[in-house]
Amino acid sequence: MSRRLPEVGGVYLQMEDEIASMAAVIGASYGGIKSMTATSGPGFSLMQENIGLAAMTETPCVVVDVMRAGPSTGQPTKTGQQDVMQAKWGSHGDYEIIALAPSSVQEMFDLTVEAFNLSEKYRCPVFVMTDEIIGHLMERFQIPEPEKIRLVERKRPTTPPSKYSPFQAGEDLVPEMATFGEGYRFYATGLTHDETGHPRTDSAEHHAKLVQRICDKIRNNVGEITKVERVFLDDADVCIVAYGSVARSALAATVEGRERGIKIGLLRLATIWPFPDEIVEQVAAQVDKILVPEMNYGQLVREVERSAGRRKVTSIPRLGDALHTPEEILAQAVS
Amino acid sequence: MSNLHHPLEDYTRSGMIPHIWCNGCGNGIILGEFARALDELKYDRDKVVVVSGIGCIGRISGYTNTDSFHTTHGRALAFAVGVKAARPDLKPIVISGDGDLFAIGGNHFIHAARRNVDVAVICSNNFNYGMTGGQAGPTTPVGAFTTTSRYGNIEHPFNLVHLAAASGAVYVARWTTIHVKRIRESMKKAISRKGFSFVEIVTPCPEEYGRRNKIADPILGMKWLREVSEVRSNIDPIEAVIGPDKIIVGEFVDVEKPEFSDLLWEKNRSVQAELEKVGRRTNVAI
Repeated sequence: MSRRLPEVGGVYLQMEDEIASMAAVIGASYGGIKSMTATSGPGFSLMQENIGLAAMTETPCVVVDVMRAGPSTGQPTKTGQQDVMQAKWGSHGDYEIIALAPSSVQEMFDLTVEAFNLSEKYRCPVFVMTDEIIGHLMERFQIPEPEKIRLVERKRPTTPPSKYSPFQAGEDLVPEMATFGEGYRFYATGLTHDETGHPRTDSAEHHAKLVQRICDKIRNNVGEITKVERVFLDDADVCIVAYGSVARSALAATVEGRERGIKIGLLRLATIWPFPDEIVEQVAAQVDKILVPEMNYGQLVREVERSAGRRKVTSIPRLGDALHTPEEILAQAVS
Repeated sequence: MSNLHHPLEDYTRSGMIPHIWCNGCGNGIILGEFARALDELKYDRDKVVVVSGIGCIGRISGYTNTDSFHTTHGRALAFAVGVKAARPDLKPIVISGDGDLFAIGGNHFIHAARRNVDVAVICSNNFNYGMTGGQAGPTTPVGAFTTTSRYGNIEHPFNLVHLAAASGAVYVARWTTIHVKRIRESMKKAISRKGFSFVEIVTPCPEEYGRRNKIADPILGMKWLREVSEVRSNIDPIEAVIGPDKIIVGEFVDVEKPEFSDLLWEKNRSVQAELEKVGRRTNVAI
C-alpha cells in the first residue's frame, strides 16, 4: 500500500498506533475519500474504540483483519480465526457492522472492493476478516479491467446547507453524507444525537431511535448483504458450514466425501456478519447434521446452532498454527 | 429584543446555545475569542474543521458554526491528522482539554507535533478532569486537592509548553483566561500558521478544581490568575513554570519548518511524475 497508493493518487499514512489509525480513517472518510486500514488481532482490539465511533457517526470505512492466534500477543503471524466474535461485538453498545470472509486471493481483491461498496451504501464500518493463511497465500488471481469493477459511492446531500440535516434518513435508514469543506457546516458526535446531529444525551426516545436506525439499516438488508456459496447441498445429509481458509479444507473434504459415496455438502460463508440466519435455517432443515470447522475454540458455531433449530451441530475447533485437514473434517462427517 | 443580534452570532451553531459550562468557567472566553480570531482573520470558515475530544471543552465543536467533529476521548488529534492527510486544503483546529490531549491523548499529541501536521491545537487547561467529577490528571499541580488526590497530589505534572516545544511544535504560547486579547492574537497566529501550533489557555474551574483548592469563587479565580501570571515571552519553555504560585505566560516558540501534508503530497506527486517520465503505470513488480 505504501508503494502503490502514491502511484494512483492515494495517500498512505502510518500512524503511531492502531487507535490513531482508526481515528485517522474516520477523519479521512469525513474528508470525502474512501479510507481503510489493515491490522491483526492485537491491533484490531485497539481499533474497537473508534470502530464504535465509526458506527455511531455512520462513517463509511474498511478494516482488514488478518486474524492470528490470540488472546493477547498469542502467536504472532500464526493463523487463526479467533476474532470473528470480536468483529461483531468488539466495541461497546448496540450496533451493526458488516464482515466478509475471503477464502482465496481472488476474493481478497473482490471482497475488498465489495467491502468499500457496502460501507458506502450503508455508511458503516465493513471488515474483511481474513486469516494468516490467505494473507500469505500466493495464487493466481485476476484484476478486472477498471471499467468492469462495480463501484458504489455514498449518497451526497440533495439539500442546500441551510436545509441539511446530517443524520436524517429516509426509508432506507441511511442518511445523505456531506463532506468537510463544502459549506455544510455540520456537526457529528459520538454522543447520542438527533437528526440534526445535536447531542441528545438525556432523551430515551432519541437514543432508542438512533440505535435502532443504525442497527436496522443493516438488519433490514441481511438478504441483500449476505453472500454464500453452496456446494453439493441439494441432496446432502451432512453440511459443513465454513469460512475463510478453512472453507478450502472443507471443500476438499466435500469432494473427497462425495467420491467415497458420503452425501456431504458445503455452505461457505463469504459474509459472516450480519449472520445469514435464514440461509443456515433453510439448509439445516434439509440435512441431518451440520459440521462447523473453525480455527478457534468454537465461535461462529454458536450462531450456526442458534439458526439450526434442533439439528445436530458439531463444532470442530482447531487451535495452533494449522488448518484442519480434509480427513479431520470427514472423520466427523461419518462419526 | 428579537431584533438584537450579537455580531458574532453566526459563529455559533443555532440551537446549541446556551452552552453546558459552569458559571466562572473559562471555556466561554475561549469560545468567544476563537470566534473573534476567525472573524478578525477573515478566515474562510468553510475550510476549517473544528475537532474536539471528550470533556467540558470537548463540547465546543458542537457550538462552533463550522464543520466539526466530536471524537472519542483523546483521539481528536489522530482524527485531525486523517483529515489533513486526505484533505490538505482544510485546516483542522483541535480544541480540547489538558486531560484529553495529554493523558489519554498524549501519544497522539507528541506524534502529531513531531510530524509537524498543520493543525492548530488550543488546549483549555483547568488542572483536572472537570466533567467527570474533578479527578487529578497530568497537569494537576503537586499538592493540589482533587477527588483522586484527597491528601494532596504527589505526582509531577507536565509543563505543556515545554512538552509541545520538545515534540516539535512550530508555534507555542501560554496564556490564561484573563489575557483575552493575547489569547486572540495567539489563536490568530496558530490558525494562520502552516504547521503544528499549540496554544495553552489556563482556565479556572470553580466547581471542581476551584472548590477544592480555595478558588471556588469565579472572581477570586480571575484575581488569582492575574496575581500569579507573569509575561515572559521568548524564554526557554523549560523555564516557563506553571503552578499555584506562579504561571509564566507568553510566546515561547515561533519557527518555520516544512509541514507534513505538503511533504506527503509533494512526495506523491513526484512518484507519479517519475512513473510518467519512464512510461510505466507502477513500480510494483508483478
